[in-house]
Amino acid sequence: MLRIDRATYDAIVAHARKDHPDEACGVVAGPEGTERPERFVPMLNAARSPTFYEFDSADLLALYRDLDDRDEWSVVVYHSHTATEAYPSRTDIGYASGPAADPRTHYVLVSTRHHGPETGLVGDEVEFRSYRIVDGEVSEEEVEIVESYLFGHSPTTVVYD
Amino acid sequence: MAIEVRIPTILRTHTGGNKTVEGSGDTLAALIDDLDSKHSGLKNRLVTEEGKLHRFVNVYVNDEDVRFTGALDTQVKDGDSVTILPAVAGGC
Repeated sequence: MLRIDRATYDAIVAHARKDHPDEACGVVAGPEGTERPERFVPMLNAARSPTFYEFDSADLLALYRDLDDRDEWSVVVYHSHTATEAYPSRTDIGYASGPAADPRTHYVLVSTRHHGPETGLVGDEVEFRSYRIVDGEVSEEEVEIVESYLFGHSPTTVVYD
Repeated sequence: MAIEVRIPTILRTHTGGNKTVEGSGDTLAALIDDLDSKHSGLKNRLVTEEGKLHRFVNVYVNDEDVRFTGALDTQVKDGDSVTILPAVAGGC
């Protein structure tokens, strides 16, 4: 299960809407070894494409150095699909199953296919789904949104890897 | 002096949990061979059966992505810092 606070959830959705029709991407960092997505880090989609995303190679290095300095890791890696459903594509699965990709990562997929810009209308929801991807196998997981991560969450429920 | 190598979280199973390890060699390929002799299994994760760097892995020597500097033939020397990272990309 992915437990994520409302502000971070909203920030991911807002990023996806803003970059629509291109795919948006980024990570949510948290203390290394934990399941706590605490620090929203939007990244530039170096591909600037409606069908592909990638972290720029230099940006990726800078990100991981920063995470390392803070003793953090990427709890969540998110990206948007802008014309298809919020389900990992074959390309997504390939990268997520790469030999250096951590299978403990939560892959969040957001789809803006029905609602690119915010309409303010009832039902104006983008799809927000989360997955684990291990050796090419995709399993969807429940997403629980808590109002405030720090207060809405008891440390006794943290599952440490 | 040696070459410091930063290991991504999932590959630390090969390094006894260590974030960084040290190795030596004149090229990235030689460095990876040296690392594999001390941390068995590492090479298999980084280099394909065809002897190429795995496409879903990024390797940097200092600040340079080795894709642009000769991949496994990239020259390395004592005091260099090598970073191994998972490439992050995908698409619909």
